[in-house]
This record gives sequence, structure tokens and C-alpha cells, in this order.
Amino acid sequence: MKLNKILKNTLLIVFACFALSACATSKKTSGQMQGDVYTGTDSVEYLASGVPDRVFFATNESVLTTASRETLRKQAAYLRKNSKITIVLEGHADERGTREYNLALGERRANAAKDYLMTYGISSNRISVLSYGKERPVDSGSNPLAWSKNRRSVTVKAN
Amino acid sequence: MRILIKIIIFLILIPSKSFGLIEVDITRGNLDPLPIAVSPLSIDENSRQNFEKILKKGNIGNEISKIIEINLKTSGLFNPLNKDAFLQAPDIANLKPRFEDWNLIKAQALITGKVSYLDEKLRVEFRLWDVLAGKEMVALAFTTVPTNWRRVGHIITDKVYQRLTGEKGYFDTRIIYVAEEGPKTKRIKKLAIMDQDGANNKFLTLGNELVLTPRFNPTSQMVTYLSYFRNLPRVYLLDIETGTQEVVGDFPGMTFAPRFSPDGKKIIMSFAKDGNSEIYTMDLENRIVEKITNHPSIDTSPSFSPDGKFICFNSDRSGYQQIYVMRSDGSKVKRISFGKGLYGTPVWSPRGDLIAFTKLHKGKFYIGVMRTDGSGERLLTENFYQEAPSWSPNGRVLIFYRETKTDDKGEGFSAKLWSIDLTGYNERMVKTPTDASDPSWSSLLSN
Repeated sequence: MKLNKILKNTLLIVFACFALSACATSKKTSGQMQGDVYTGTDSVEYLASGVPDRVFFATNESVLTTASRETLRKQAAYLRKNSKITIVLEGHADERGTREYNLALGERRANAAKDYLMTYGISSNRISVLSYGKERPVDSGSNPLAWSKNRRSVTVKAN
Repeated sequence: MRILIKIIIFLILIPSKSFGLIEVDITRGNLDPLPIAVSPLSIDENSRQNFEKILKKGNIGNEISKIIEINLKTSGLFNPLNKDAFLQAPDIANLKPRFEDWNLIKAQALITGKVSYLDEKLRVEFRLWDVLAGKEMVALAFTTVPTNWRRVGHIITDKVYQRLTGEKGYFDTRIIYVAEEGPKTKRIKKLAIMDQDGANNKFLTLGNELVLTPRFNPTSQMVTYLSYFRNLPRVYLLDIETGTQEVVGDFPGMTFAPRFSPDGKKIIMSFAKDGNSEIYTMDLENRIVEKITNHPSIDTSPSFSPDGKFICFNSDRSGYQQIYVMRSDGSKVKRISFGKGLYGTPVWSPRGDLIAFTKLHKGKFYIGVMRTDGSGERLLTENFYQEAPSWSPNGRVLIFYRETKTDDKGEGFSAKLWSIDLTGYNERMVKTPTDASDPSWSSLLSN
């Protein structure tokens, strides 16, 4: 297990190096992923100026990255200021997984975002969770970048 | 639709007694399908005219024999011979085949029969002959309403298949699936049902809400599926005879991955709450809900063993998606998948000895089978994306869906149903009017 982790980390570093070196040759797509988490702004919408509506995840993961936590803190601040707004957290997975497992994974991702918003003072009765699994991709591509955009939890105003 | 129209077998001329003459081995890949002659079912002029009026079909005897021929060919176990080479007229062949003639064109088995119009009903008799031994193997007659003519073809195929392979057939069956249309980002999905050979396709929902994973009740014409009605993903029950629908259980969150128990009396499914999915059953008679798993990981895709004593399911409690087996009360949980890669969608074979699954390894998806203790893993097919195998009722064929990779512009996506024999041979696309996914095979409609 430990060896696996080390290997995985090494792979991530190798991958990152590859992504960086790829910068020079390929255009645009590089620099939009860290590991396999999407870091670009394509498809991102805003709840308010400077408050992105979504966070992205690594393959099969529901762990919030540093950038995701920052986005969610902005969302929490915005929601604290606008206390009448209720939200739906829509959890999604990429197309590279079985349908039923992805429904569960989408639910887990949306709940990771929900838990974080709650620790920043947003009451659980303002938040509902909806998993779409792999049913509603934003990018119809069959490539790692498209998949990274689709692994997401999107905060949608419900009222 | 009249589903439970009983086909009356009113005359059994000869109960099939095994002489073990010709036999088809279905336990291994059949690279040498049995040459069989399907003589067009003979029909008298008066009956022909009556059926033409009722069914708008030129010669119903020919049409029924075509269904039998296509079924036999699709099974991969038989090679129906070209009718142009037949020497004997259908009506005479049905009385007494001249075996030398059929032998000459290398037919090892012969199907003959007769169709007649009797009291506004369709009467069909058929015979299966062993050409080499010069013997009749099966003889049966059916009477039914004329509109049931396709089913008569399927039932005859089932009888022939059973007599020659020693196992029940799977031709008088239907497939329920999800019909798909539109761009990948805004896919419209409807429940659809069709005969096993693709005929009589019918949409059961309008596409207003997302629907997923329909599954047949093995004992009735009920279906359970997931619907996003009012944006609340819930497990529903649909009676395909009456069209009535109802939500299964009263859960404060998403329920999904439903399947019936083998006796059709319970639904087993997942319920997701606070980032944790657990497996539950609900008894359809007394509505009692039982929690089966208890673990903070994802537990989903449950499927009962045919005796109802065990459940296989998908869990990531080891860190990644793997297949587990437990007793039906949730005790004695045991991981059974240990190969390389991730495993999902386990489905217990109706024969009880195997579990079919989807496997993801190094960016490829496989449909495979393993024994119920996880040994003897065998991968049947590899592709860019495919999942969700469903067993034919005799446990010999798997149907699943496959999706294509899109191009650089994100275009060219399609989803289709495919079937493959347990042997890994005879892989073929199952034609549907639209794109399709999530197939589920019914039990035999008649026996």
C-alpha cells in the first residue's frame, strides 16, 4: 500500500513534468491540469463576481484540493452575505466509470463540497445535493482534459 | 399490449425422447455451426388469404420460418441453409421428408411445418427431424391469436434449441433498455422495450426526465428503474402491462441501482446519503425495508444469486471499486475480485455458477465472467468503453452496451447494445432504432 502511494506520487510528478514539458510543444490544453485535476476556467460560471461556481476532482477521488477549498470559502462568504439563497450541489463524474458507481461517486463529491461549506457556516438546510453521475458532462470530448472538466461539483442557486 | 396471451400447446404429438443422435455442444466456442434446413412452413390457399387480410403479410408460413432462421443464425450454433437448394416442397416435406434429398445438401437437421387458419386463430404445427438417422425428434402444435405470429417463431426456435443443445432457449424473450438521443451533454433518455430480435420496439417513457438502469422482474412483467422525475433520483416500479408507476420506498435521498430478488418479491438497491451509499432491500408486499450493508464506503450494484441466499455487489472499501459477495442478510462479506484493475457491475448468472462483470484496466473496458468465489476469471471482450452485462435467461449469452470515443471536436459519440456468448464467440451488435444503453433481458415469456 505504502509502496503504491510512493509509486503513485512519483507518477504524478512524472506526469506533471510531462505536462510542463508538453507546454513548449502543444498548445492550450497543457497548464490546465494539475495531476489530473482541472485548473482552467473553461465551463466555469460565477455565482457573483469572483465567486466560481464549481470545483474539480481527481479520477475516482472526492478529496477537495487547495484550489477547491479556496473556491468553496468564497462561495461560503457569498452565501453568508446572501442568507436567503439556497443551493443545490450537483455532483458529477467522468465517462470512464460504470454508471451506478459514478452515481454514488457524484453524490460523494457533492457531499465533500457540502461538508466544507457547512464548516464555513452555511446551514445544511440551505443545501441540497443531487448526483448526476456521468449523465451530464460539460465537455463531450473523450480525452483526459475533457474528463477532468467533467469531474466536478457545481453549486447552483435553487431560488 | 397483450403480454400474457397464453399460447396453448394443445397437441403434443410425440414427447421428445432423447436418442442422442445429433447434439450441439454449447459449452465451448462453436466454430462449426450445425447445418440445418428450415423449410418454409406450408400453408393452404384459403388460410393464406385470411392471414393476408388480417396481418398484411404475403405468406405467414414463410415469415414465421424466416424468424426461426434468423434466430438460429444469430445464436451462432446453427447454420441455416440456403432455401434455393431445397428439393422438396414444404407441404410434402412436412408429411414425410425424403431424407436423401436433405442429406444431399448437407442438412443434419430439418424443420418443417404447417400453418392454418382455424376459427379465427393461427394454428401452427412443426416438426424437427434428424436427417442422418431419418427420425422425427420433436413435433408440436400451437394455436394462438394471429397477431402473435412472431412469438410462434420464437417459441419454435426455443423448442428446437432445447432439443438440440439440451438447454432451454432464450428466443421468446424481450429486452428492456434505455433509448438515447441528442448531444452527449444534453442526452435525452427514454425507457424502451423490444423483442429479443429487435422487433416490436416501443418507447415506455417520453424523455421528459432522465431514466436509467431498467431491470425486469424475473417472474412478472414489472420493471424497476431509476428516474430523475422532479429532479429527485429515485427507484421506481413500472408495470409494463398497465403503465402504472410508483416510487419504491420513502428514502430521504437518492435511491439507485435497483434489481429484483429472484422470486420477484423484493427490490435490492442503493441509498446514498451524506456521501455514503449503502445497500437496502424492500419487500414489495409488506414494504419492510432492510439495511444490508454497513460501511462508510460506496456499496452499490447489488445482484442476488438465483437461490436468493447470496448477494454480489460493488464496493470501494478497499480503496478502489471491487466485487464482493455476502450472505443475503449482509453477513460474511468477502472480496472476490483480485485481478489487476477495477471491477464493477457484478451480475449473478441465472445458472448460479458465474458472476459477469465490467472491468477497467489500463484505460480499456472489459466484459468478463468469474466463478462466484472469484476464481477462473475470463475476459470475453475488450473495448474503449463498455459495461453493464445482463444474462440471457438460460445463462449462455450476455447483452451489454458499448460507447464510442468522440473525435477532437467531441463529436461522433454513439451508444449501442451488443451481445456475446459466454464462450467469448459470436459477438454481435443488437440493432435498435436509436442509440441504446443499460439493457436487461427478460425471462422466457412462455415455457
